[in-house]
Amino acid sequence: MSVSLDEVRHIAALARLGISDEGAERAAEELSSILAHMQVLSRVDDESDARAAGDPDSGMTLRADVGPPIPLLRAPAFFAPAMRDGYFLVPRLATHEDTEQSP
Amino acid sequence: MTGAGLGSDSFEGTVAAIRASVISGQRSARDVVDRSFARATAVRAGADGLNAILWSDVAVAHNEAAALESRLDGPEAGPLAGVPIAVKDNIATLGSPTTCGSRILAGYHSPFEATVMTRLRDAGAILVGKTNLDEFAMGSSTEFSAFGRTKHPLDPRLVPGGSSGGSAAVVAAGIAPVALGSETGGSVRQPAAFCGVVGVKPTYGRVSRFGLVAFASSLDQIGVFGRSVEDAATVLQAIAGRDPLDATSANVAVPDYAEQLATLDGLVIGKPREYFPEQLDPRIADLCARALDRCRDLGATVREVSLPHTELAIPVYYIVAPAEASSNLARFDGVRYGLRITGHGLRDMYEATRSSGFGPEVTRRILLGTYVLSAGYYDAYYAKAMRARQRIASDFDAVFGSGIDVLFTPTTPTTAFAAGSRADPYEMYLSDIFTVTANLAGIPALSLPIGRVDGLPVGGQLLAPHFHEARMLAIARLLEHSLGAEAHR
Repeated sequence: MSVSLDEVRHIAALARLGISDEGAERAAEELSSILAHMQVLSRVDDESDARAAGDPDSGMTLRADVGPPIPLLRAPAFFAPAMRDGYFLVPRLATHEDTEQSP
Repeated sequence: MTGAGLGSDSFEGTVAAIRASVISGQRSARDVVDRSFARATAVRAGADGLNAILWSDVAVAHNEAAALESRLDGPEAGPLAGVPIAVKDNIATLGSPTTCGSRILAGYHSPFEATVMTRLRDAGAILVGKTNLDEFAMGSSTEFSAFGRTKHPLDPRLVPGGSSGGSAAVVAAGIAPVALGSETGGSVRQPAAFCGVVGVKPTYGRVSRFGLVAFASSLDQIGVFGRSVEDAATVLQAIAGRDPLDATSANVAVPDYAEQLATLDGLVIGKPREYFPEQLDPRIADLCARALDRCRDLGATVREVSLPHTELAIPVYYIVAPAEASSNLARFDGVRYGLRITGHGLRDMYEATRSSGFGPEVTRRILLGTYVLSAGYYDAYYAKAMRARQRIASDFDAVFGSGIDVLFTPTTPTTAFAAGSRADPYEMYLSDIFTVTANLAGIPALSLPIGRVDGLPVGGQLLAPHFHEARMLAIARLLEHSLGAEAHR
């Protein structure tokens, strides 16, 4: 399995990691090398282990990813001290540099 | 050997002896603290020497010792009264930083304390230092700390193992008789083996993870270092048990870990052939054979067994652990914790902060974990690894179900290696080849010294069924006694 530069940039973006061109090249090389060792897993027989943990097709109940949102037992406002325009109002973090007053 | 070594002035006495001397008034808890700090100075445990300790404050330790004095009379004197302990710096403590060995958390103070710390303090232990580690516990050599590598107490050119290398070095150098570390793939047992001390990894769920900074939540477990099995067992006794603050802590009664066995009569020890490959250093194999002979002498039967999916362990571990790490470490983004590098907008701030704050190994594992979880690769890697993990766990179930009481293996394939000698990441990962399986299966395991090769410690590993720590410790105690001084030469 060879990891391309574009793939490295894509996963770095997913992981919120800034990466230089040089860093991406090094990461592509390292990940490709590491993943080459993972090929031994191809020997694992999928069928006989179909009920293993984490397998979404085997025992873990998931709703179909279609249709409108399922109504919540309690509305979001139940969990918040206050709401405005559909947003939770929470105390501002003391470390924020913005000096605007908390709501 | 040019390092600190195990000199005659290292911390004297067992945990029980220290406690007894403090309770009897033979010496004060403050004296014990001073003894620990004097030893740390003598062996240069800080950044200018071993670099095993990231934080220590004698005034804070004196205050803890003073507070303890009023509890020394009567039943309030805990099982660790006056015992100095060092704690890995990924375990949250109040009154001291918790950095995880990372630039992104440099100077961070947790607003709460880990349950294990609360229990240690209740038991009377005194915190004498937060110890160095591979950043976020990702590593096998303690070379990947943002605050510099920890050196092996016997030879500064060598690594002490990792990721809990600081804790192992502190115990080996005689600064404290016991220490806490954390395990995700062997991070207590491997450095314990390298440094010639005892390291215990409890069953997953045996010890609360509340306040342990998460690396891979399905694998992480807090473990104990001690100079002897008895010392480690005493600390484990103090921290084990259900904690309502950790949903994964098990509601299983904690037995008496001080329980002794007179012999090993009737016990069957399994020797898994996959842990004794042809290429294993014959000198390590010989030391394992000697240890097994001692077990036979003590009455045990030794039977060769097979754990056929062992070859999958490293690939499985290095998919599952980075996958979980990529999720767990998403919280370090410059908003809530520690370092923040401002940029042009929020996304820029996230990326600048994380790129600057994380070191090379953490970055590598986040990228690897994100990759194996990403669309198109999830089934090929993560889903397959989870199936293989189940097979590894089933191997242990089958062996323990066939009448085997414990398994015995070498802890590591080599002795401590030279710093900088494992530049290839996968070569470094292979250091954990005999230890990761216990984490993947969630079973308890320990490493104890069984001898030396070229003057460097070698560890032997015991693995037991879930929640069978008491029997594992009792067997280890007998083997330790049988080997005596031979375990350290």
